[in-house]
Amino acid sequence: MAIDIDTARRVAHLARIRVEEDDLAALAGELSGILNFMEQLGEVDVTGIEPMTSVTPMRLVRRADVVTDGNIQAQILANAPDAREGFFAVPKVVE
Amino acid sequence: MMGANKLTIAAARDALRKGDLTAVDLTMACLTAIDAGDGLGAFVHKTPEIALEQARAADARLAAGNAPSLCGIPLGIKDLFCTKGVASQAASNILKGFKPEYESTVTAQLFGAGAVMLGKLNMDEFAMGSSNETSCYGPVVNPWRCDDRELTPGGSSGGSAAAVAADLCLAATGTDTGGSIRQPAAFTGIVGIKPTYGRVSRWGIVAFASSLDQAGPMTKTVRDAAIMLGCMAGHDPKDSTSADLAVPDFEAALTGDIRGRRIGIPREYRMDGMPAEIEKLWAAGTAMLRDAGAEIVDISLPHTKYALPTYYVVAPAEASSNLARYDGVRYGHRAKLAAGDGITEMYEKTRAEGFGAEVQRRVMIGTYVLSAGFYDAYYNRARKVRALIKRDFEQAFAAGVDAILTPATPSAAFGLGEMANASPVEMYLNDVFTVTVNLAGLPGIAVPVGLDAQGLPLGLQLIGRPWEEGDLLNHAYVLERAAGFVAKPEKWW
Repeated sequence: MAIDIDTARRVAHLARIRVEEDDLAALAGELSGILNFMEQLGEVDVTGIEPMTSVTPMRLVRRADVVTDGNIQAQILANAPDAREGFFAVPKVVE
Repeated sequence: MMGANKLTIAAARDALRKGDLTAVDLTMACLTAIDAGDGLGAFVHKTPEIALEQARAADARLAAGNAPSLCGIPLGIKDLFCTKGVASQAASNILKGFKPEYESTVTAQLFGAGAVMLGKLNMDEFAMGSSNETSCYGPVVNPWRCDDRELTPGGSSGGSAAAVAADLCLAATGTDTGGSIRQPAAFTGIVGIKPTYGRVSRWGIVAFASSLDQAGPMTKTVRDAAIMLGCMAGHDPKDSTSADLAVPDFEAALTGDIRGRRIGIPREYRMDGMPAEIEKLWAAGTAMLRDAGAEIVDISLPHTKYALPTYYVVAPAEASSNLARYDGVRYGHRAKLAAGDGITEMYEKTRAEGFGAEVQRRVMIGTYVLSAGFYDAYYNRARKVRALIKRDFEQAFAAGVDAILTPATPSAAFGLGEMANASPVEMYLNDVFTVTVNLAGLPGIAVPVGLDAQGLPLGLQLIGRPWEEGDLLNHAYVLERAAGFVAKPEKWW
């Protein structure tokens, strides 16, 4: 499966990674090379095989639905590039 | 004690308990070796103040008696582990300046047992790489060399491997998603074990591919691996995939007796174009286990050739999801924005600046294989093939095989920069013998067995039954003793 420049642009946008227009052709080539390598999986007969969902057979553990943590606003904001008045600050998202 | 940094964990433990050595002196010896070893690029954040404080506390605990095995043992910690108040950036610019407010379960357990943290160790960015060249800090240099070239220590736990091989620390933590403990261990002549998936808590370890990631020890000997794994392992309610199983005494499992055990030799691991030296080493290791009284049987793991392509669908898919959290909002780097830039530009510029080329590539591949229209063709198919790969192993074990012996890597360490013009897929081939183990969730260990014609270390891998790390370590112990690997790199740094 070859990836064209439009697909490369779309994937970069979906991944929220800015790729300059001039670099899209090289990216498309690299991604195509990797996908080409994956094409081998098409040879395998997977009829009747369930996709693996758990590495070891185990039930997902449940716990009581109660608050076990909290009141650590300062710790949560400590590493933020821009924190103001107890919030994470980002560029304006609504007009 | 001169050269205390060269001790094994077991020897240092005994000397500390007898009072022949203090934890402070041992830590000082390591700190001195670390400062003299800057040319290796292994330690990227040094923590001497923390180390000495922990060492003094360890000495007090040792004096009081009944100190645990790791009390006073100086370790290096891979940069992937979150350590409270200490830079933890997964060798990525996107986590520059990040100092966690919490401690990973593994490091908390190690420090609870009295271990001393010397600092954080270099690695491939987000553990994505096989040569340590994707690190934002620059590559690690292998302490081993065979000519005037600088060689890779392997990856992604390359800093851990180089630091242990060069005696900068007694042991180090590593993590292994597709071979990141075992390949660098093999390239540097040390021991590295990836435990069964679920044996060691992943909580507080920066996530790469959550269904494949496991942490484990990187040590000078099999005994040290047994001691350190015992302290890293255990159930953790904070990791929902952590197994609620008792942790056995792994060191007590090292009986040196494998008489009557069945060792499988998988025919599919005999790859086309495999170097003669690797083949010879594998045959030699097989003979060592046979001479120790094990029964050698040929086995088949028919889906082996599909393991790499399966891995390179599943791992990037999970990575693209895990790495979505690096958005410039809650921690780490945020790009400088131009006037009028909105939140989408903030995400896109931040991630373009913060992630290196290999990480960007894998995130985009993962995004593609999970996108509408391709999910079934790639991701679901890969998960089905993964189930078949796991079934291959289950059938071998059901037929009575106790452990499987394979090469650890397809070659000895290669030169830094030598793969610069190779395609990403060529670099991925480094993991050919190790990824199967992650896909099946099994324990695997790399043991140094010999030197190649150039004088570089080569390792073999043993694969064990799930949850049977003790038994696996015992097989590795027999192989280690039979191989008698004692070579050390000649100091040039």
